[in-house]
Amino acid sequence: MSTTIIENKDLKSAVKTDAAGKTLPSTDFPFKKGQVGELTGAQAVLEAFIAEGVDTIFGYPGGAIMPIYDALYDYNDHLKHILVRHEQGGIHAGQGYARASGKVGVVFATSGPGATNLVTGLADAMIDSTPLVCITGQVFAHLLGTDAFQEVDVINITTPVTKWNYQVTDATEIPAVLAKAFYIAETGRPGPVLIDITKNAQLQKFDYQGYKKCEHIRSYRPKPLVRKEYVEQAAKLINEAKKPFVIFGQGVILGKAEKEFKAFIEKGGLPAAWTILGLSALETDHPQNVGMLGMHGNYGPNVLTNECDVLIAVGMRFDDRVTGRLDKYAKQAQVIHLDIDPAEIDKNVKAAVPVWGDCKETLPMLTKLIESKKHTDWLNKFHDFTKKEVEAVIQDELNPPASDKMTMGEVMKFLNELTKGDAIIVTDVGQHQMVACRYAKFNETKSNITSGGAGTMGFALPAAIGAKYGAPKRTVVAIIGDGGVQMTIQELGTIMQCEVNVKILILNNEFLGMVRQWQQLFHDKRYSFVDIASPDYVMVAKGYKIPGQKVTERANLREALKTMLDHDGAYLLEVMVGKENNVFPMVPQGCSVAEIRLK
Amino acid sequence: MKKEFTITVYTENQIGLLNRIAIIFSRRKINIDSLNTSPSEIEGIHRFTILVVETEEVVRKVCRQIEKQVEVLKAYFNTEDEIVWQEMALYKVSTDMITEKVKVERLLRECGARTIAIRKDFTVFETTGHRAETDKLLQVLGQYGLIEFVRSARIAIIKTSLGFYEKLKEFEKAAPSEDVKENEFLNKQDEVFTM
Repeated sequence: MSTTIIENKDLKSAVKTDAAGKTLPSTDFPFKKGQVGELTGAQAVLEAFIAEGVDTIFGYPGGAIMPIYDALYDYNDHLKHILVRHEQGGIHAGQGYARASGKVGVVFATSGPGATNLVTGLADAMIDSTPLVCITGQVFAHLLGTDAFQEVDVINITTPVTKWNYQVTDATEIPAVLAKAFYIAETGRPGPVLIDITKNAQLQKFDYQGYKKCEHIRSYRPKPLVRKEYVEQAAKLINEAKKPFVIFGQGVILGKAEKEFKAFIEKGGLPAAWTILGLSALETDHPQNVGMLGMHGNYGPNVLTNECDVLIAVGMRFDDRVTGRLDKYAKQAQVIHLDIDPAEIDKNVKAAVPVWGDCKETLPMLTKLIESKKHTDWLNKFHDFTKKEVEAVIQDELNPPASDKMTMGEVMKFLNELTKGDAIIVTDVGQHQMVACRYAKFNETKSNITSGGAGTMGFALPAAIGAKYGAPKRTVVAIIGDGGVQMTIQELGTIMQCEVNVKILILNNEFLGMVRQWQQLFHDKRYSFVDIASPDYVMVAKGYKIPGQKVTERANLREALKTMLDHDGAYLLEVMVGKENNVFPMVPQGCSVAEIRLK
Repeated sequence: MKKEFTITVYTENQIGLLNRIAIIFSRRKINIDSLNTSPSEIEGIHRFTILVVETEEVVRKVCRQIEKQVEVLKAYFNTEDEIVWQEMALYKVSTDMITEKVKVERLLRECGARTIAIRKDFTVFETTGHRAETDKLLQVLGQYGLIEFVRSARIAIIKTSLGFYEKLKEFEKAAPSEDVKENEFLNKQDEVFTM
């Protein structure tokens, strides 16, 4: 293959083309480790990514971010860029990637609408503590504030939904700002960071002096100092407790403290229940895993929250969906709260002992001080409640009478059998999410990916794409309702083009089911705009060259799930489930956790 | 019970930080009674003084949220008896009115005011003190055709504070953060090309 060299006067650099006239990537990039020299701001952004170990970027190009995309041309062998179909899809994919891999998700979007389309994902990542670095293009610095084409005040729009954001107008700032961005995103309580880079800064050439990782910001203390006396007080309370109860959240996963957590509850013989984001931090089959907390959680954990004498909260934030009515929440218990974020202590529930710090550090300290115990009678109490719940709810949900329509629960039952609890399950928001989280089996951490705090419908499909890139060796199943899937269905295009091997499982009840359930229970069955029509999903998938099928008969369900999982590549399976099935148990809004309803 | 709290925040000097702090209040529908930003006793570190009327519990939580912001070094909240505070007010009145109807000298003495500008058509007075003191002159002058009035935000010194030097040393243990760069491109419109 012969190459010709032409001069590109604008870029003042040699561009190589092949015989057909196609431009070839420059071989000068990325820089070797330690190499310094002239770079554009755009190239410096990509150098920072390589230094930070980024391998995948989710993004969508546009006018104001074009210099970065131009530079990306030369970095294509080192940085995989996934072209999404909408920036919201891009950022949810970034979230899925971060949650499955434990690394920082990286997202590109252009200025104006490109950037505003990120806002939902930022809010979602903010409340679910997901580390992200989002780069948005911005108009030239001299045009800022002039209502220029695609100019939006991104920094101010995103301030409430970012852990940190910053506008770069000068390329020389880029290495230090990006180092700071990654450091802030992934340390302490993680969160989304947005860096808005004006086009002139992307184009500007400067003398690049290498990349230095950020290790300290004087005004930012990601890890509060552990106060030993609090750990001692906590241990004392636990040792004296007759009915200790552990509730854990995503802090265990984010702190990479799954082992430390397990050692803690095993030594203390402590029953442990999870919040929706804590799910999979402890394998679901663990004998001390007593189930899910909150509005649609399990019977025992909810009722016994108001019976325990010491409540040990690990890396969770007492969301209102977990606590129900606050003034009747665990009033009898002494609360020990382990959290890395001091602002969470006493925010919703007053802690008798606040154990500030990274649970990777505090849990082993605590484990050392607690006595080895088995609270058999207390643990059995949870099992007694489980029996009641099985009789009243679970049995029918998993094995409905043959005359009934399929239930979401039985889909989960077969899925568990087939995946053996090894798959990553990405859920959207609504009834299917609650059912999936209630019944899914997990052996491994970082396996449950869902939009918890924000409750973002449309999250699952793009997040599943990201999850697959974050954990390429694992099976990724996106479970989505017929409402949520229609919110971001365009991402089927991404799945098609990038050949992403995700399994799309649509649980179709022909309603916006969760809203319908509330309308049934609390609004006299006045079904107001919950009757949602669906397209022929199998046909839609076919249009995107994704195979699929629809199941309406129970007899075909297991086989269809198996076909989906066995298929080498993306597959869409639509399962028609009962239209008016409800998710129970349920803690109605305004009620205490002890007032949980079984029907 | 709601009462006056003075919040003192030590921060880095960063564009946008005012907004980050302000929205912590507005998100919770808390009104900021007054807000002052100024340099602090340490070069390069800014000091916000924010006055709110709220319950102690809310103020404590708000302070934790403020402190959580990356560029915030520390946030303190204090009740009135824990601080020494001042506000300044300016009053513009018609010179004719004031010379005709008021004994200026008495007014100045009684209210601890200073005259800072006398023109043919108007006179500007200034008082510094607590709210009650600045309000007193406002009431008096109100009767004589007050043309303009303005009061500054509260500034306050925490009685028990030993200053921020020691705290800062603790924070700087590893390495000092970099200074903010001025944006040199904002004024170079002609030198950069547009799309």
